[in-house]
Amino acid sequence: MTPRDYLQLALFLGILAAVSPPLGRYIHRVLEGGRTWLHPLLGPVERLIYAAAGVDPTRDHTWQRYAACVLGFTLTGFCLTFGVLLFQDVLPLNPQNFPAPSWDLALNTAVSFVTNTNWQAYGGETAMSHLSQTVALTYQNFVSAAVGMAACMAVARGIARAEAQGIGNFWTDLVRATLYVLLPLCVPGALLLAGQGMVQTFAASFTAVTPEGATQTIAVGPVASQVIIKMLGTNGGGFFNANAAHPFENPTAVSNFIQMLAIFLLPSALVFTLGTAVRRPRHAWTVWGVMAGVFLAGVLLTAHFEYRGTPAMAQAGAATTAPSASIAAPGVSPTPASMPASTPPPVPNMEGKEVRFGVFASSLFATITTDASCGAVNAMHDSLTPLGGLVTLLNMQLGEIIFGGVGSGLYGMVLFIILTVFLAGLMVGRTPDYLGKRIEGREVTLAVAALLLPALPLLGFTALAAVGWGPQALANAGAHGFSELLYAYSSASQNNGSAFAGLAANSPAFNLTTAAAMLIGRFGVMLPMLAVAGSLAARRPRPITDASFPVEGATFALLLTAVILIVGALTYLPALSLGPIVEHLQMLEGRLY
Amino acid sequence: MLTLVRQSLVVTLLLAAVLCGAYPILVTGAAQALMPHRANGSPVLVDDRPAGGRVVGSELIGQAFAGAGYFHGRPSAAGENGYDASASGGSNLGPTSRALAESMVARAAALRAENPDWKAPLPPDMVTASASGLDPHISPDGARMQVARVAAARGLPVTTVAALVETHVEGPELALFGGPRVNVLRLNLALDALAGGRAEGN
Repeated sequence: MTPRDYLQLALFLGILAAVSPPLGRYIHRVLEGGRTWLHPLLGPVERLIYAAAGVDPTRDHTWQRYAACVLGFTLTGFCLTFGVLLFQDVLPLNPQNFPAPSWDLALNTAVSFVTNTNWQAYGGETAMSHLSQTVALTYQNFVSAAVGMAACMAVARGIARAEAQGIGNFWTDLVRATLYVLLPLCVPGALLLAGQGMVQTFAASFTAVTPEGATQTIAVGPVASQVIIKMLGTNGGGFFNANAAHPFENPTAVSNFIQMLAIFLLPSALVFTLGTAVRRPRHAWTVWGVMAGVFLAGVLLTAHFEYRGTPAMAQAGAATTAPSASIAAPGVSPTPASMPASTPPPVPNMEGKEVRFGVFASSLFATITTDASCGAVNAMHDSLTPLGGLVTLLNMQLGEIIFGGVGSGLYGMVLFIILTVFLAGLMVGRTPDYLGKRIEGREVTLAVAALLLPALPLLGFTALAAVGWGPQALANAGAHGFSELLYAYSSASQNNGSAFAGLAANSPAFNLTTAAAMLIGRFGVMLPMLAVAGSLAARRPRPITDASFPVEGATFALLLTAVILIVGALTYLPALSLGPIVEHLQMLEGRLY
Repeated sequence: MLTLVRQSLVVTLLLAAVLCGAYPILVTGAAQALMPHRANGSPVLVDDRPAGGRVVGSELIGQAFAGAGYFHGRPSAAGENGYDASASGGSNLGPTSRALAESMVARAAALRAENPDWKAPLPPDMVTASASGLDPHISPDGARMQVARVAAARGLPVTTVAALVETHVEGPELALFGGPRVNVLRLNLALDALAGGRAEGN
């Protein structure tokens, strides 16, 4: 890594640390009904929605009612998206006359976008009409993030409230998160990105005649408005097939930096929303520090391995004349003059990366997008080095809690906090409590259920696919092929949405199994955590004394990090060793498949 | 139950009206008014007729250049023949892929054959395919290694072409973001302007 790389990383974390606390406090204030400067403009819209829908904004929901509203609203949004996709061929705003996708692809895509995953088994510019992009998909980019933010706020209320029946009102949380948090960030953000060269037009394409006389058809579209919410909402579904590597979806290194900040912005701010709700800013900083620590380790590892590239790359670049003997012509020994030193110096891995970002910004982006459950890519993860790819896999498998998805990252982290105080309580023989709330069997059972539910489809479907429908869809052979399957089901089960994109994932078997994995990964965590919120809200807090287990400071941070890493490693190390770890050893041996 | 259905339906429809109607129209209108050139894909126009400009590409989208007198871009996996600007994508070949290793060796051999004057190691970006298949840039070394060939094909002094390359090296943005790079289309258009009096502009 160069000094400029370290500087960019420091600037990234510095900006994030500076803007997250005030933004987190702002989110707390608006979700609790506080007024902002936006109310004169958007207040009437908010009140209109409540009046038309028959919502009483002062009513509190029990956790069961809250969960029912989440499911009802998600199901309705699913029907909207599924319907628009299924009939896109006869609906308007289809300038390229794309046919409708198959039912299983439409189902997979609709599930993918309502669960905030944005797994894409299609190539955007060759499959989706403008109506599908703006109505079916962009709409879900907003509301799936708002639902996550709402559920996260409900969990924060459950921890903060004492002897309360309710955990908030889902409808006001949803509408306020959309109108006062997401929209005001998206409008200036989209224009900022358009100013960098991101396209924003309802035209479909334009044609150029190149200096060499060839005709080039250049696809365009309403990209900036979709990209900003794709990042802020940790959705990640690209307008174009190449996602944030496409020059129109990420024109410059500056737009790249803005997008990386946008991915972490809300998950990072929500940590401080929790801190504000429980009036413990130091606890928020401790949790934030744990996230930042695991994130930093991931960036440094990924960048290290990407800078070292592969032996095959080093040989190709160093050969000073015709092909070196190793691959193209076995048995022919090259003359000493053309032979590079026996092990040529490592060269950076530029396969599947863009020159305007370079190796470091690509590695940084890959780490961010898999830590947060975003899934946008500015480099092709399938072409990462084995251990660079391992970091992205493990980031997802840890449960998308290193900042994580909007809302889902924080309530996922609360799950690990509950496990940590429980384990710490076992170690010292004391009844565990979290911020004065006693943690009992019910909460631990629910937390473990939320921990294990996503692991079932992740490991189960990977294993079944490897012996069933998987092999014929692979783009790469050998251990890397297994990594493609493991990545697909890790991404779906943890609601990330990125891919080792060589995998031909548009088949009924993949579409249906990844859809099931996405649903389990989303609601198998959210619903148990809402139940935890409900039971914690009802509990009477104990005063926090010197005898209470401290959930702030270095000791707790280390314990929490250890629990996250040990649980992740115990669950997924066997699978990882069959994929990227074996592949790394094979690569060092010079084996090719 | 009925309340829940009504609430879900109405909230969905009204939020959709704001997010899918008002929001994209507002952003598109503002982008088209404030920065029409960029919002429409940064097209590059060349004035080669009295009638006006002709679109030769987008300054953000890479093109396939094959002639010896033009600088070539990176290998591309977009579409069947590369640089298909309506089918973006990378090769998705992994680190132990034989297909990738063989094509890197073949590309290296072709680059050595085309540019025999370049003795240094090949820049990694020139033997690998980009993520989008539409990368508009190459590294400065990726351009420098082609100078002798381009100069010979055009009958220009090597120093003139080399100087043109150096003026087209774009540094890190804001002195921090991204590495130095060269926009291939802009460099080639500048070359045309130099040799044939074709004016570059947009």
